[in-house]
Amino acid sequence: MKFKGRVWKFGDNIDTDAIIPARCLTTTDPAELASHCMEDIDQGFAEQVKAGDIIVAGDNFGCGSSREHAPIAIKASGVSCVIARSFARIFYRNAFNMGLPIFESAELWDNVSNGQMVEVDGDLGTIRIIGSESTPFQMQPLAPFMQELLRDGGLMRHIALRKKDIQVSK
Amino acid sequence: MGLTITEKILRDHTKHKELHPGMLINARVDIALGNDITAPIAIEEFRKWGGERVFDRDRVILVPDHFTPNKDIQSAAQCKALRDFVREQELSNIFEGGTVGVEHALLPEQGLVLPGDLVIGADSHTCTYGALGAFATGVGSTDLAAVMMTGECWFKVPESMKIVLHGQRRRWVSGKDIILYIIGLIGVDGARYRAMEFTGVGVAGLGMADRFTIANMAIEAGAKNGIFIPDAITETYVTGRAKREWKFYDSDEDAQYCDTLDVDLGEIEPQVAFPHLPSNTRGISEVDDIRIDQVVIGSCTNGRIEDLRIAASILKGRESAPHVRLIIIPATPAVYSAALHEGLLEIFLKAKAVISPPTCGPCLGGHMGILAEGERVVATTNRNFIGRMGHPGSEVYLANPAVAAASAVAGRIAGPEQL
Repeated sequence: MKFKGRVWKFGDNIDTDAIIPARCLTTTDPAELASHCMEDIDQGFAEQVKAGDIIVAGDNFGCGSSREHAPIAIKASGVSCVIARSFARIFYRNAFNMGLPIFESAELWDNVSNGQMVEVDGDLGTIRIIGSESTPFQMQPLAPFMQELLRDGGLMRHIALRKKDIQVSK
Repeated sequence: MGLTITEKILRDHTKHKELHPGMLINARVDIALGNDITAPIAIEEFRKWGGERVFDRDRVILVPDHFTPNKDIQSAAQCKALRDFVREQELSNIFEGGTVGVEHALLPEQGLVLPGDLVIGADSHTCTYGALGAFATGVGSTDLAAVMMTGECWFKVPESMKIVLHGQRRRWVSGKDIILYIIGLIGVDGARYRAMEFTGVGVAGLGMADRFTIANMAIEAGAKNGIFIPDAITETYVTGRAKREWKFYDSDEDAQYCDTLDVDLGEIEPQVAFPHLPSNTRGISEVDDIRIDQVVIGSCTNGRIEDLRIAASILKGRESAPHVRLIIIPATPAVYSAALHEGLLEIFLKAKAVISPPTCGPCLGGHMGILAEGERVVATTNRNFIGRMGHPGSEVYLANPAVAAASAVAGRIAGPEQL
């Protein structure tokens, strides 16, 4: 799993109301949600973001509401992955469940600037800032189950692939 | 090694004999919840992956509470998708029109979530039910779809942090102030991924309404769940409401905690969380002259009858300031009915309040009280993020019902003792 894209850098505690405001939650259409992504904190984002771009954020990215519209809006906007110092827990599980690759790295946020190009190797767990002399940063390794969810393309497909193994409760 | 209440409830919902923080588990879910924003995506996913019948029609509860009464054509379609699914699946609990309430006030009140339960909800404030001594946590729509299909959900067992409450509460200090004060101390990610276990001698002095408010806002500190050890107060609350058996859990004396926070309730004055984070708290005595345009009293955090009684005690014989729109939202039909019979609605009307039907409405900037650019609100709700209740240039100040009511009268942020 490899990604290369331009960085959109955000700060700490980017909440899900900032990612997609509740007034836009009267639809589940990914393209429509994407057209409002980040609009309350960065009016140019939805228009200027390009396929493959990468969001780099500080601590506690995705805090607040459980709305899965947030990772849906990000994914549908073309963003290939999100790399934050840390994630709020519901956003974290939502991203893996619906198939948006996310990674944790404190070093990247400390060193990267808005608009720089970065290269992410999800398998090796490394990130390189293109044009930078510094050695690649190491990302937090993913638990095997999280890797499985990403490989399977989300929770529902993961369940479908393993249906026979699942013990359905009474 | 001893276990915490959170670890014991999780363990008893898996096939594991032992578990420890950090372990990934699949656990059996007692109640799975969704609303008119999150359920439509869950229903789409459920159908897309071949779902025919939900795992148990008694244990899936869908409440159209966010955009109801239907706000516009688009949200009406979402509410309809939820309602059609509820009927198609013949779910046992149907909430419609005059039986709809704000989900996290409604489910405990109706005895549908109980001590010892494992509850997931596609709504971040699902953690409210921890007040009953249940493990309850917010998840996303895909999680809800998976639970509707299998009855199970994956979890990482959280570390627990112990919050020891002691000391005598001052006048006008409620559960809201206690949790805002704690969030102010530890920050909006101070309990990230953790269980917040509220304990200590101070808990005995907290009624269920205060406990619900405290557990409700555990998510605002980033917690996976907030939880209280059930006691006689819990027992009294669930008796007569519960429609099935419940189980009380306790934490072992030698249970492991990653952190302990000691909170002297006597040191806390009514709190106000300034824009744009719930952790941005100040005591009411440190608040300057801030003129306001609106006051909202309601929500899953503070829309219970106890909250309305406090508001009424301040509003009785008074009026809201001429430039302030006071909106009061009883969280459930039962709360509405009690407020009517106790004469509270008359007090509110005389105070020139708008009384809204039960809805999440303005709390999330949905409808029924949206803010224009530059407007300020004092709200008993739970979040004050940028644009949370309307225009990104509006401001939300979070407070308890007493401060909200007093502020409505004063026309600026004020505590009851400043009137």
